[in-house]
Amino acid sequence: MATIVFPNEHSPVEDAESLHKSFEGWGTDEKSIITILGHRNTYQRQQIRKAYEELFQEDLVKRLEKEIHGEFERAVYRWILEPADRDAVLAHVVIKEGKNYHVIAEIATVLSPEELLAVRRAYLFRYKHSLEEDVAATTSGHLRQLLVGLVTSYRYVGEEINARLAQSEAEILHEAIKEKKGREEEAIRILTTRSKTQLLATFNRYREAHEASIYEKLEDETSDEFHKALYTTIRCLYDHIEYYEKVVHDAIKRTGADEDALTRVIVSRAEKDLRDIKELYYQRNSVHLEQAVAKKTSGDYKNFLLTLLGKED
Amino acid sequence: MALPEEVEALNKAFSGHGIDEKSLVSILGKWKPENRMAFRKGTPHLFIEDERQFEKWDDRRVRLLKHEFMRFKNAVVLWAMHPWERDARLAKEALKKGPHAYGLLVEIACTRTSEELLGARKAYHSLFDRSLEEDIVSLVDGVERKLLLALVSAYRYEGSKVKHETAKSEAQALSAAIKAAHEKPILEDEEVIRMLATRSKPHLQAVNKHYKELYGKNLDEDLAELRLKETVQCLCSAVAYFIQVLDAALRFDADKNTKKALTRVIVTRADTDMKQIMDEYQLLYGDSLTQKIEDTTNGNFKDFLLTLIARSG
Repeated sequence: MATIVFPNEHSPVEDAESLHKSFEGWGTDEKSIITILGHRNTYQRQQIRKAYEELFQEDLVKRLEKEIHGEFERAVYRWILEPADRDAVLAHVVIKEGKNYHVIAEIATVLSPEELLAVRRAYLFRYKHSLEEDVAATTSGHLRQLLVGLVTSYRYVGEEINARLAQSEAEILHEAIKEKKGREEEAIRILTTRSKTQLLATFNRYREAHEASIYEKLEDETSDEFHKALYTTIRCLYDHIEYYEKVVHDAIKRTGADEDALTRVIVSRAEKDLRDIKELYYQRNSVHLEQAVAKKTSGDYKNFLLTLLGKED
Repeated sequence: MALPEEVEALNKAFSGHGIDEKSLVSILGKWKPENRMAFRKGTPHLFIEDERQFEKWDDRRVRLLKHEFMRFKNAVVLWAMHPWERDARLAKEALKKGPHAYGLLVEIACTRTSEELLGARKAYHSLFDRSLEEDIVSLVDGVERKLLLALVSAYRYEGSKVKHETAKSEAQALSAAIKAAHEKPILEDEEVIRMLATRSKPHLQAVNKHYKELYGKNLDEDLAELRLKETVQCLCSAVAYFIQVLDAALRFDADKNTKKALTRVIVTRADTDMKQIMDEYQLLYGDSLTQKIEDTTNGNFKDFLLTLIARSG
């Protein structure tokens, strides 16, 4: 379930004008920005962008980049983009920085095949390269095989399961992940081409056969990018709510909160299943996510995140 | 007695691509029993003298005839099909036929636009309840698997922007891989596969150009493996590739599988680059493609093909 609160009726023109007003004069009225943008869904936000462009002959996004700063600006910038565009930008950041490749694995596995396709198109449009091209050019070895396989996947969506295949592929995954018999390539092919339903069946067979979930041993081996990406892939395929809860938990636990991860999860899931992630967080930590976020962050950034988490002002 | 010209016309009606239905009706239809017997006795390549004093159809010939009668029907069905279904079915057929037919997978993956290839993958889900990628993984055994999987997963950038420094260094990398091929088979070379499967077509054309400038030969000439040659040809000069395929299909001694390419190429390119293919065919062979088809095909099949290519007039 989503956490974002938005009105059923809104006037993009009024919103655009209010935003423009908040930029006027010295300083910026951040509260206004949060109140408006934090309470609009994807469709409404794109309407506001269009209206703003028509009214003021200026790109709202570019104006925002000038008016606000820091973590707040990063969060708002990501929020105001369309989901596919947002993920394309996130992927590009990973490629440019050469680290956190598990984020690409996250995007590629959590999204549906059609959503992933939209991200690839958005990436092409923005960067004039294909996503797989850039991922391949900046990675090598198993990491490359896994990531290119993931971003180019176009999985069959359906309920068909082949039980015999689930059995044999569970064994291949076992060999690859636990015993490391050089079966990584086969494991990668399985994880990047099978449908999600088939993979869940495979994971279930694994658990039946080995009395432990497939990702359990992997957690210890998150030393290099490949294993981290592999862990992320399997975790997201298994249950992405649990995965996101862990990301958020870890992000908050760190002494200097990992704002990047926190922003990413909250902005990307606010319109999807942030409520489920919140509930799980409460179950696991006996503290509400909003409280934890309020404690660890500050200022406009904090207020924006809380708004997306569903706080009504 | 049957006139010799009629016998010759009848023989022609049965040879080449397709069947000249009109001749069969007008000649064979009016022959009396003694004409037909004389025809059977005088046509040993179609009828065999049996020891029990009758002339029987050569079984193999009848089977081949069946294919020729079906050529028109196949062309019509293929033409009426949605392009996505067409390519999905062709891909499935190639996978079923085995290694000698994998060139068709290369053709589909590399000569279609990014959206067309995507469409083929979608249609494959609907038709076969699996993804094309999964089938390639399970049905393709040998060294070509990596290349084929990567090629069908591509979603290439289609703009014209090319970075020539990158293209040049990739040409050099390709040359190094080719020279080291005796130690490391090129089809196993991740870098080569990456380049061929992710870079845009304009980029690869630039790579080809730089390769020629640096090493004096075309890239596909220096690649020994057939699939790699085909990949480069399809990506860099699809028109030249199709002309080759057509030329092979139009030879009078072409085998059953090669012949099918005639229908396939004309139907799949009639609305894209048929005009270019015809122009360059004329330049290369001095003959017009129209004339060649006129000479080697028969009946409804011939009329249908000629109508298709006349569209690009």
